[in-house]
Amino acid sequence: MKKESDIILLAHGDGGLLTHQLLEKYFLPSFGNTLLETLTDAASFSVQSEKMAITTDAFVVDPIFFPGGDIGKLSVCGTINDLAVSGAKPLYLTASFILEEGFPIADLERIIVSMADSCQEAGVVIIAGDTKVVGRGQADKIYITTTGVGYVLPEANLGYQRIEPDDCVLVNGPLGNHGLSILLARESFTFDAKVSSDCAALNGITEKLLRQFKGIKFMRDLTRGGLATNAKEIALSAGIDIWLKEAAIPVEDNVKGITEMLGLDPLYLANEGKFLAVVSEKETDDILMYLKTELSSPEACIIGNIRAGKGDVFLKTGLGGTRRLNLLTGTPLPRIC
Amino acid sequence: MLNNSQDLELNKQILQKLIKLAQIVEDILGRHIVLMEVCGTHTTAISKSGLRSILASYMELRSGPGCPVCVTDQTDIDRIIEMARIPDVVIATFGDMVRVPGTHSSLERERAQGAQVEIFYSPHEAVTFAAKHPDKEIIFLGVGFETTIPAIALSIAEAKRQGIKNYSVLSIHKLVPPVMRALLQDPELHIDGFILPGHVCTITGRKVFDFISSEHNIPAAIAGFEPADIMQAIYLLLEQILHNEAHTVNGYTRLVHEEGNKKAQDIMGEFFQTIDTSWRGFGLVPESGLALRTGFSHYDAATRFSVEIPCSPPPEGCSCGEVLKGKLKPNECPLFAETCTPSNPVGPCMVSSEGACAAHYQYD
Repeated sequence: MKKESDIILLAHGDGGLLTHQLLEKYFLPSFGNTLLETLTDAASFSVQSEKMAITTDAFVVDPIFFPGGDIGKLSVCGTINDLAVSGAKPLYLTASFILEEGFPIADLERIIVSMADSCQEAGVVIIAGDTKVVGRGQADKIYITTTGVGYVLPEANLGYQRIEPDDCVLVNGPLGNHGLSILLARESFTFDAKVSSDCAALNGITEKLLRQFKGIKFMRDLTRGGLATNAKEIALSAGIDIWLKEAAIPVEDNVKGITEMLGLDPLYLANEGKFLAVVSEKETDDILMYLKTELSSPEACIIGNIRAGKGDVFLKTGLGGTRRLNLLTGTPLPRIC
Repeated sequence: MLNNSQDLELNKQILQKLIKLAQIVEDILGRHIVLMEVCGTHTTAISKSGLRSILASYMELRSGPGCPVCVTDQTDIDRIIEMARIPDVVIATFGDMVRVPGTHSSLERERAQGAQVEIFYSPHEAVTFAAKHPDKEIIFLGVGFETTIPAIALSIAEAKRQGIKNYSVLSIHKLVPPVMRALLQDPELHIDGFILPGHVCTITGRKVFDFISSEHNIPAAIAGFEPADIMQAIYLLLEQILHNEAHTVNGYTRLVHEEGNKKAQDIMGEFFQTIDTSWRGFGLVPESGLALRTGFSHYDAATRFSVEIPCSPPPEGCSCGEVLKGKLKPNECPLFAETCTPSNPVGPCMVSSEGACAAHYQYD
């Protein structure tokens, strides 16, 4: 009998025998759940909530395996986080794969297992999916698109319109790790950097926070463009100014050192497990304490506050000067997620 | 970033001392003094640390021709773009060059249309890349001042050692002392002191900049790149201005010596010879550029790949030249933040992370 192929062939995407083998041998054992296993054209499910949330994201990260994660984990966490910071409880994901002919099946399996692990940790299931194969050179190894559905938590009341002067701005931990880890994994730097991506699902944290505190007014995951770009977008949309304190913004020492050496700014680097929250001043201390003690985010901290204004973000530097933060322009690094 | 609380305390103390002296100098002179930094890394550090905003009440910190990408002549940018269009050529470059607009295109646009442009953090990586891709011709863009030139010379030595034939360098290198001379010839220039580039001086040494004070009676101070280094250099300049003295002093003694780094100078001399070259805003500056010596013509992209360059007038309305000479502040350019922004740059000063306009736009 002919040995099974160890690489992806065009025939794996033709919907025939090899597609079925791929499904049964790799996807179903890892992703398996009653909704997916029906293998019908669409998964049906009931909802018990008035307000649902849906989001979709494509993942093309290069390299596909990096310290702290891989494209599979990223594709699950990234979509979950978009729902989480919107005040939703993620329930289901769909996953669509574009594979390049010749892609090692062992790598695909590793990615599938990683996705399954991330789903399990975050309490979501993949209920529909698709696989396509394109010719060699027509895609780079593997692209994954995930769509996430969840219901909006009844306690959540988030929106730009709630942001007002004197609110505090906090983050759940040190910034810049994901972007830098991708850069270091991609370039052939000769130093041993030990920087890991912070890739993680945030729904566990955000759900507990939202159920506990009414004073959470806005949340945003700090992905592409980093803290600076996201803060600027929030300031513009809410029509307020955000004042940040440089000395209060958490950045790991090794990240600080390497970014300085390479001329990068950690405030503009992507994160995959960090969010910014705008919270009422009154509840800030309680929220921070809860994050640190109950939600295993010991490095969460207040990094600034909101003032009346017209959409500017100012950074108070360590020396006491002021510098403006703007939207990221140009890509210091493409394909980070 | 200044997060270490000890460093921060020390820096604040230095700043207080500096402000005190700046106040005295301003009172005595009855005007804001104008200092010029001649290094893109200083430009960024001054803006990022907030020093520019803090000191704005006492002095003006102006940027000079210190950003290598910015001073690159329009004709050279157009030449690079033409080279990128040659089949099987890979343009290897530091990242900042990719978005610089030429007359009709940029490397970014060329890449989107099929040209191969690879970004490297060191020329050595480009040599390794060349070894792995024998079917391609790798042209490394030699853009930079004295600081980067020795590493590029060594990459040629390495290519030669490994017998790599498909690696060459387009030398658009520039030297800082000659352009400082050109700058100082300008009768319209009114600068009270120069903050000199620490990295460049590590290679050239302090002495070579003596002419600034001895021939032009303007104080100069070599500075490192931490906020404390820059504040110290400004302090050294203020002291001289206060006492009406002019010396070229070394504020970066932990790395800069009188004669510089002899070994690096020898390597540069072995591979390159000085030539007259054009700078954006300055035109032709005598003995301010470097070309590969004839013995290395196989590694000289200018010799190996001749391209026809269209007539290259500077972009209409762009004041990069005036900004680089310190005659205009970035926000005095009519295009600044209107038609010229980092996402849609008209001139290179808005592109490079070390460009005066980009630093003003991003931070100030």
